[in-house]
Amino acid sequence: MSTPTKSRPAPPETDPPGDSTRLVRGSLPRRASWGALGAATLVAAVVAALTGFSVTLFVLLVVVLYTAGMYVWSRSAEGRRKAADRAFTSVVTSAFLIALTPLISVVITVISRGAERFDGKFFSYSMRGVVGDGGGAYHAITGTLITSGLATLMSVPIGLATAVYLVEYGRGRLAKSITFFVDVMTGIPSIVAGLFAYALFTLVFGAGTINGFAGAVALSVLMIPIVVRSSEEMIKLVPDDLREAAFALGTPKWKVILRVVLPTAVAGISTGVTLAIARVVGETAPLLIATGTTASTNFNPFSGQMATLSVFSYYEYASPGVPPEPYLARAWTAALTLMLIVMVLNLVARSISLFFAPKTRS
Amino acid sequence: MAKRIEVEDLDIYYGSFRAVRNVSMTIHPRAITALIGPSGCGKSTYLRALNRMHELIPAARVEGRVVMDEQDLYAPGVDPVDVRKHVGMVFQRPNPFPTMSVYENVAAGLRLNHKRIRKSELDGIVEESLRGANLWEEVKDRLGKPGSGLSGGQQQRLCIARAIAVKPDVLLMDEPCSALDPISTHAIEDLMAELKENYTIVIVTHNMQQAARVSNYTGFFNIGGTGEPGELVEIDETPTIFSTPTHTDTEEYISGRFG
Repeated sequence: MSTPTKSRPAPPETDPPGDSTRLVRGSLPRRASWGALGAATLVAAVVAALTGFSVTLFVLLVVVLYTAGMYVWSRSAEGRRKAADRAFTSVVTSAFLIALTPLISVVITVISRGAERFDGKFFSYSMRGVVGDGGGAYHAITGTLITSGLATLMSVPIGLATAVYLVEYGRGRLAKSITFFVDVMTGIPSIVAGLFAYALFTLVFGAGTINGFAGAVALSVLMIPIVVRSSEEMIKLVPDDLREAAFALGTPKWKVILRVVLPTAVAGISTGVTLAIARVVGETAPLLIATGTTASTNFNPFSGQMATLSVFSYYEYASPGVPPEPYLARAWTAALTLMLIVMVLNLVARSISLFFAPKTRS
Repeated sequence: MAKRIEVEDLDIYYGSFRAVRNVSMTIHPRAITALIGPSGCGKSTYLRALNRMHELIPAARVEGRVVMDEQDLYAPGVDPVDVRKHVGMVFQRPNPFPTMSVYENVAAGLRLNHKRIRKSELDGIVEESLRGANLWEEVKDRLGKPGSGLSGGQQQRLCIARAIAVKPDVLLMDEPCSALDPISTHAIEDLMAELKENYTIVIVTHNMQQAARVSNYTGFFNIGGTGEPGELVEIDETPTIFSTPTHTDTEEYISGRFG
């Protein structure tokens, strides 16, 4: 018994290779961009030197020459799309570097000028009875920590509760108006917050009531909207699946929020809070009005004026004594200290979010 | 444990939109009732009405009676939180709490609902629940590891363990296998067959073979058209539905002619 062998049909032919399907294109040498950058820098340096050296002209020339040169070169070798890609890469990178310049400049300036008085004395002495050289910012550092700390203690519960309300409970007109006013509060100029606190304390406790607590109130006016906004976003990110899972176990709503929603969002919330602290810790205007300044250490936020780093730095710089050098040095070191505090807070925020983030593996 | 549920003339609304119309059925204890039907016919909505999860959606409401233990779950004065303690739920996508370990996930229901429970007692319940969910052998050495580190099928069994740890009377499952591969699906189906010894199980599924394999009763839901409410076409013992259904719609759906 034999089965007839069927001849298989021939597989369909492909079209012959042609020009339209060519995939290999010309390309520039591997280090072409660095070479072009070197050439552009050289030409720009020569031109700038001939016209009397100007940094602005030099940088501008480098960017323009490099971008144009790369475009023309790449277009002749690689084609239009690659050339446009290179040109835009160059433009975007330049924009980034230009945006970064002031930041780096500020950091370098503050560090180099602040280093002079960055010593033990600066962190252990107040300015009580100090004229001219010496003294420190101990009183201002404690003042900054006290006012910002109090502001945080007031803002976080209010801000977090508002955010929870907006996400978990808020419906209708009340929620909408809260959202609206939070948005408005975000835009309040800090000086207005200071005037508000000053006016409030004048009304309640009599004229001229200037103390650390008033400053903390002013700062919390600035801080609350930031905390509300960031916490709201973070709580919204918690998947509804988790809420449903908890509800399906017969858990009351407040426990679902407290034990499931907030722990899941805690990393983002604490990052938001830390960034909000970083935002207000360097505020000057409201503290200038509501907290004032003093040369001595004042640990009591409810009585008497209190120095803070930003205000201290401002006064040392704005009205130095004679000779001005030690005053200016202290101003810069105060600025440096403030910058370090903000940096530490940012690092803390990072590590908090790493530490609390829901882990998938361990 | 396992309770019977009598549903009488249930209408389910989202605001003014009636999503499900006039459902009456008896859900038998110690049995699996499968609900099948085309997408959007209201099976999941109906399932969520059985433990009052439906009303978590703003403006959602229900008319009619759902009677368990001679009590109407929708009677005035009934706390939905208490209802959900008796009628547990497993969802389509595995949703272990990401901040909690395997152990804490299983213990979550008890820890969230009771103030104090002895550690030894809790240990016992966790092991019992994980064994009940056929997961104990796989996770007993990593109870302290995050629950979200398990595979999808393990996560779903973890969610089942979490649901049975609070010892509900009824277990609702909303397409519990639709996000899982065939092996994990098989594991869950085996588990359901064991669980029905002690629980009343209602499962929504798109997979008709699954309904035919695991369930004792099958209900077929359908909608008249877009914007029309879904309704229960018929419910009967599973072999009857799959061999000699009363309605032509059911037969056409089961034989794959629409849906």
